[in-house]
Formats: sequence, C-alpha cells, structure tokens
Amino acid sequence: MTPALAVDGLTVGYAGAPVLDDLRLEVAPGEVVALLGANGAGKTTLLRAASGLTPPRAGRVLLDGADLTALSVEDRARRGLAQVPEGRSVVTELTVDENLHLGALWCHPGRAARRAAVARTYDLFEPLARRRTSLGHQLSGGERQMLALGRALLARPRVLLLDEPSLGLAPRVVAQLMGVLRTTARETGLTVLLAEQNVTSALSIADRGVVLSLGAVVADAPAAELAGDPTLRHAYLGF
Amino acid sequence: MDRLVFLLATGLARGLVVALFALSLVIVWRAARLVNFAQAATATAAVFAAFAVTGATGSFWAGLAAALLAGAALSAAVERGLMRRVPQATPLPGMIVAIGLVMVLQSALGIAFGPRHRPMVAPFDERPLVVGGVPLLSPYDLFVLVVALAVVGLLAWLFNGTSLGLQLRASAAAPEVSRLLGVRVPRMVTLGWALSGAVAALAALLLVPTELGLNAHSADLLFVHAFTVAVLGGLDSPTGALVGGVAVGVLVSLVTGYLGAGVAPLAVLALLTLVLLVRPGGIFATTEVRTA
Repeated sequence: MTPALAVDGLTVGYAGAPVLDDLRLEVAPGEVVALLGANGAGKTTLLRAASGLTPPRAGRVLLDGADLTALSVEDRARRGLAQVPEGRSVVTELTVDENLHLGALWCHPGRAARRAAVARTYDLFEPLARRRTSLGHQLSGGERQMLALGRALLARPRVLLLDEPSLGLAPRVVAQLMGVLRTTARETGLTVLLAEQNVTSALSIADRGVVLSLGAVVADAPAAELAGDPTLRHAYLGF
Repeated sequence: MDRLVFLLATGLARGLVVALFALSLVIVWRAARLVNFAQAATATAAVFAAFAVTGATGSFWAGLAAALLAGAALSAAVERGLMRRVPQATPLPGMIVAIGLVMVLQSALGIAFGPRHRPMVAPFDERPLVVGGVPLLSPYDLFVLVVALAVVGLLAWLFNGTSLGLQLRASAAAPEVSRLLGVRVPRMVTLGWALSGAVAALAALLLVPTELGLNAHSADLLFVHAFTVAVLGGLDSPTGALVGGVAVGVLVSLVTGYLGAGVAPLAVLALLTLVLLVRPGGIFATTEVRTA
C-alpha cells in the first residue's frame, strides 16, 4: 500500500551540523504515529521539513506517493498536508470565528458551506462555540490548542502533523484533545504524525511509535510494545 | 463664529484627505510591517500619470482611474522589485530603501517635469457655498468628503467582510500560520502594497487641486501630516487613522485661520509630542509596545 506520508532520505542541517540525517519514515493511511524523543532530537525539524517551512538539504517528501518536495508551503497545505505548529499557532489578532473560517477557505467553497463547516467544528469543540467572538489572545491555552486543531481539521487534511499539542495544558484538557484526535482519525481515516514529549498520552492513542535521537530513527514499534519496553523507555524516553 | 464654522468645515474636508493618506500608511504597515516613507513620492508619480491622462482625454474621471491604477501598479512594483529583496529581520533596511526611493523618484519627476507647479483643475466648483450667510464647504470639498467616506467604507468592508480581507489580515498578523493554512502570503503582501498605493494616489489627487498645483513635492506635507496621524492613531488602527486625520485636519485649519499658516506645522508637532508622552503606542493602539 502506498503510504499516506513518506519522507525519504531527508537531511536538514543548520550551519553544517545535520539535524536530520538521511531520515526515512512512512506513515500508512489512517495510521496514528507518535513521534517521540528528547528535546533537540529533531521532531520539530522533521515536521517543519515535511510541511515545507524548513527547506531540506536533501531528500523528498511524498503525500500519497506524489512528490511534494518542489511545492511551496501553501501548495502542500492545499494538497492536504496540514500542520499545527507548536505553541502560538492561533492568529491572536483574529476572532475564534475568523480563525476557523480561515481554515475552511480552501475545502469549503462558498460562504454557506464555510459557515456550515465551522458550525460542525463548534459541535466538536463546544467550549469554542461560547467564545466565537473572542480574539485569539483572550483564549486559554487549552482553548487555543482546540482552536488550532479544529481549524486544521476544517481543511479536511489527508495527513495532520501535530507538534506538542499537550505543551502546557492540564491533563484533563490533554485527554480531551487526544480523544478528539483518536475519534477523528478512526472516523475519517485521517493520518496523524504526532510529535510529543508527553509520551504516555501520545502512545495511548497511537498505533505506532517512532523514536528519534540526534536526527535518526532509533526505534520504530507498535505503540503498546514501545510503552511496555523498559530498556527503550529508559534510554530514550526518560521514564 | 462664522469664521469658526468655516474653518471647522474646511478642516474636516482637508482632514479626510489626510485620513485617507494615513489609512494607506496603515494598510502597508499591516501588510509589511514597514513605514513606507516612499508613499508620497509614488503617490505624486501616480498623480502625474493622472495629469497626463486628463490632459490627453479632457476627462477628470479618466485621470482619477489612471491615478488609482498607476498608484497600485507602482506600489506593487516597489514591493516585488525592491522590498522583497530587502532583509526583513529588522524594519530599518526597508525604511532606508524607501527613503532612497523617495530621492530617486522625486529627482526623476523633477528632471522630467521641472520645478514649476502645474495647476490642476478640480471637477467641481471650489468656491464655498454660503448657507444662511455663513460660507461653508465648496462643492469640491463635498465631493472630497463623499469620496473619502466611500473609500473608508469600502476598505472596512473589504478587510472585515470578505474572505480576501480575512486572508490579508491573517497574512499580516501571522505569515507562517497563514501559509500552513494555504494562504498565498507573498501575493497578499503585494496586494496590500497595491491597495495602499491606490489609496495614497487617490488622496494626493484629491489634495492637489486645492493647493498650488502639481510638482514633485506636492504630497510631501500631506505625508508629514499623515505620518503624524498614523503615529497618533497607532500604525495598526484604521479607526485611529480616520479619527486622527480629521483631528489633524481641523487643528491645521484652525491654527492656520487664527494664528497663521507658519504656526500650523508647529501645532502638529506639539500634538504629536503630547500624544507620545501620554500614550506612546498611539491612541488606538492595541499592542502595548510597538516594534518600530
């Protein structure tokens, strides 16, 4: 089966030192993969290189077998590769409603279709419905992450790249986010690559875990196996 | 009393032109985080295009259309050809390039058209209408008023009521996130410049018939006033540009009428100093600290 997302020989470097070294990774359609590893392992760089924000020195990025390497960030997004970057990914100067409409622009042509799609997002994330006219900077961390995720899903992506969605959030909010992610992936066949420091929650919803260390894949196993392997946990995941 | 009413009315008309020009500075600031010091020079060049078209066709309206097109095209060319190549990590290089562009454009216009002021004829009567014995606005002032308010309304609708406006605002506020959502940010930046250039050209075109006439420096004072307004209102705020423009227009009109034209620039600077002392971010600024 053609993988939904494939990176092939991806090499990225700052000032001569490779952050990713000839990296190879495939994610099957509908699969949720947790991307794990310590700070500086290259998780964020891998996601940024996949979405096109960081240009690689070598290697290719493929979406459903089609080579995206030559495409701009915005064209990759329109092809169905969505990324929720770490932290401040909500446009704070826009309202919740405007943020969501921005996410719906490409996939839902026409004002009525956009409004309907945004309304479905409010059903999915109820706290957002109460804050639709609030500006992004008035939201709590959990609301922001919900907004970023809801906005990304509005574009009906083929592959969703998530960078540390649990960062700074209360455990209850993390659980809620992970739940929505798992449900959406199951119901829509969405493919997810989830970079996380919060190993336990990431592995709890993932099919497979991939561990990065110093820009290379050091472990690649089913999530349950990874969570139960004390040597691996100890060596790379710190618990 | 009659004099006060007259000065307030002319101040309002003049102030709306300043507001329009300030609005053009706000638009380009929001699109590119740059104070475009070349705005007056490109706007003046666009008015020269209008002057030529009006001369050739005999129609003020054809000239108006030419000014809008030339202003938009010139600003888009400045962004694509020049500003896009300037390092954007800090705002200073862009500003320096813009100031350099002022010198080049004004010299080129001076070489091509000479230093004399070319009179431009207004499409409406410029003598004030007398209402109840009090001289008020001229028909041309009324025309300026209507056009300025219409443009402000149109821009408000474009930015707040359309999906293009949403993309323009998002691109300015968060370029990286916008690109990840599929917005063609570089195109939005060019569009912001073009829009700003058209609005500035319109403001300059509306102003010139009420002044000495057209030469390379026709819009210089307009820029100084509009820049003051943009800083007063906060470079981010269209409302601030509008309110500040009218305030500065009325202030200049009153000071000129009662104290003489020579005192007017001093009054504008005094107002600027006062506001910067009390609210350094500008009266309508949403952010606490400005980056440039």
